[in-house]
Amino acid sequence: MPDNIAIDFSQFPDSRGHFGPYGGQFVAETLMEALHELHRAYQRYREDPDFVAELDADLADYVGRPSPIYHARRWSEQLGGARIYLKREDLNHTGAHKINNTVGQALLAKRMGKTRLIAETGAGQHGVATATVAARLGMECVVYMGLEDVHRQSLNVYRMRLLGATVVAVESGTRTLKDALNEAMRDWVTQVDDTFYIIGTVAGPHPYPLMVREFQSVIGRETRAQLLADGGRLPDALVACVGGGSNAIGLFHPFLGDPQVAMYGVEAAGEGLKTGHHAAPLCVGRPGVLHGNRTYLLEDDNGQILGTHSVSAGLDYPGVGPEHAWLKDIGRVNYVAVTDSEALAAFHELTRVEGIIPALESSHALAYVRQLAPTLQPQQSIVVNLSGRGDKDINIVAALDGITL
Amino acid sequence: MSRIASCFQTLRRSGRKALIPYITAGDPQPALTVPLLHAMVAAGADLIELGVPFSDPMADGPVIQRACERALRQGVSLRQVLELVRAFRCEDRTTPLVLMGYLNPIECMGYQDFARAAAAAGVDGVLTVDLPPEEAQELLTALLAVDLDPIFLLAPTSTPERIQKVAALARGYVYYVSLKGVTGAATLDVLDVGQKLDVIRRYTDLPVGVGFGIKDAASAAAVARLADAVVVGSALVSWIEQLEDEPERLQTEITGLLAAMRRAMDAGA
Repeated sequence: MPDNIAIDFSQFPDSRGHFGPYGGQFVAETLMEALHELHRAYQRYREDPDFVAELDADLADYVGRPSPIYHARRWSEQLGGARIYLKREDLNHTGAHKINNTVGQALLAKRMGKTRLIAETGAGQHGVATATVAARLGMECVVYMGLEDVHRQSLNVYRMRLLGATVVAVESGTRTLKDALNEAMRDWVTQVDDTFYIIGTVAGPHPYPLMVREFQSVIGRETRAQLLADGGRLPDALVACVGGGSNAIGLFHPFLGDPQVAMYGVEAAGEGLKTGHHAAPLCVGRPGVLHGNRTYLLEDDNGQILGTHSVSAGLDYPGVGPEHAWLKDIGRVNYVAVTDSEALAAFHELTRVEGIIPALESSHALAYVRQLAPTLQPQQSIVVNLSGRGDKDINIVAALDGITL
Repeated sequence: MSRIASCFQTLRRSGRKALIPYITAGDPQPALTVPLLHAMVAAGADLIELGVPFSDPMADGPVIQRACERALRQGVSLRQVLELVRAFRCEDRTTPLVLMGYLNPIECMGYQDFARAAAAAGVDGVLTVDLPPEEAQELLTALLAVDLDPIFLLAPTSTPERIQKVAALARGYVYYVSLKGVTGAATLDVLDVGQKLDVIRRYTDLPVGVGFGIKDAASAAAVARLADAVVVGSALVSWIEQLEDEPERLQTEITGLLAAMRRAMDAGA
């Protein structure tokens, strides 16, 4: 880790969106000018005092920020070892961290004069967060969702429809998040003049990985301030689940320059990394190009993208944000994976021990905390990003437990 | 002179425009690809764009997506596509052939390995849909080292600055995407296309092909009056989809459509 002290993480990505060999803008020509327009607008408004004030007010009054940081005393005691803190993104409006980003991108869309918002979604949390801001701003909203996810996250589909969004079930490819992203890109290229594409994670072509990181970094900035106010000392470890990686980057980024803070990004090992049924590109994939950026991917020997599996729809993606790919290569963040069953065990444990029902995505981070906490000392602390609440997953968990609701 | 350049030079001398069909390699089955390529040449194709199937064809509409899926179901890989090109070249040494696809299969094979293998198989140009000039340098170096022409896209949204950037790197021809959308989308607007081609020609002397939205003889002839080449893809691939179990009729319909386009283009010239 000491090697990394010299890196100024705020200088990445470079002006063309590269994090070392990762990131960039790998899209068809039709979208290049749209990406440049977006980048120009973002550069302008991120420094604009009116924009920043409006965003801050929305995050406070509409989203409910700052989200609390909660010392899970009983769970910490039970695991024996480090003090565990939960960053309660599950308490945000709409129930996950996703809204931090959609509020920001929607304000940008409004200033750019766009009238139509589109989004891709896996678990539906980003789709709901986009439909929510669209309703509030009176904008048209279309959400693309893989057919398989439409079935397993039917509650969120109905929420989006209640909010006035059109949900398009995507039937191409593997019918999951990656195909929803393809379809949203196709929509954007077709209606590029009036449409703003709100990408929900730190992937996609530049400037999305940068922009989404900055909107989500409020998580880490708050965590830092809350812990320093509480105990006066930085955490020893940060843990977050990684699908595309937006909640993880949001928590990690403000701490990257603090070498004493260890970081763990937790991927979905599905039925096990050796079974091939998983969604862990950082752990077992290799670099390639998909969805506008170069990053770690799950692909076959011929460069075709592989289908993935995770009990959690939000982690069921064969790629990952390019900044994570870079952070892996330089060794700043440790990427690990936990299985479906380990995540489910953590889901039940937190629910019973702390009275908090976590999302299945966040349960992957919690499952790793169960391994990590006992290896640390009682005076050490871990912050885990509780990125979403589990209400949307109740039907899935019940079905796995053999219960029909 | 490259096969692509000499093809356009010959056409220009005879006052004709290039007809460029696109099919996805291995669709509906690998054994039909090479015979179909020969039949398309016999029906009047001047240059061939052969699609390399990819699992996530982001810039393509449903017709080409399903073509990719059909080919991938039979395990058609980039290496196998190159084998098909090699087989085509055994009998046809003059018709230029351009591979069209996405970057990841090429990146997976390795830029240099790919470029050498493609050149050896008889490929003349490479069009990588998701590789804009800003990211292209490394692949470009590998392609140029073996005299493969990098083909680039331009779009209605391309600014003069971007047109210049593309013109500086492009070889062979430039492919103008006639509308904002994916392949197989609505019919193009001939007036708009003409205006944009005027702008593009201020920055490049390369032949300009137009694709997206060309469905029949009439639209092919209309575009041929403005452009140096007419690209037709989804209209052909639709026939493959409808007749995948009837290979003979499939070939008849495809060659019939191409021949009708050829006649209309030549009559309009």
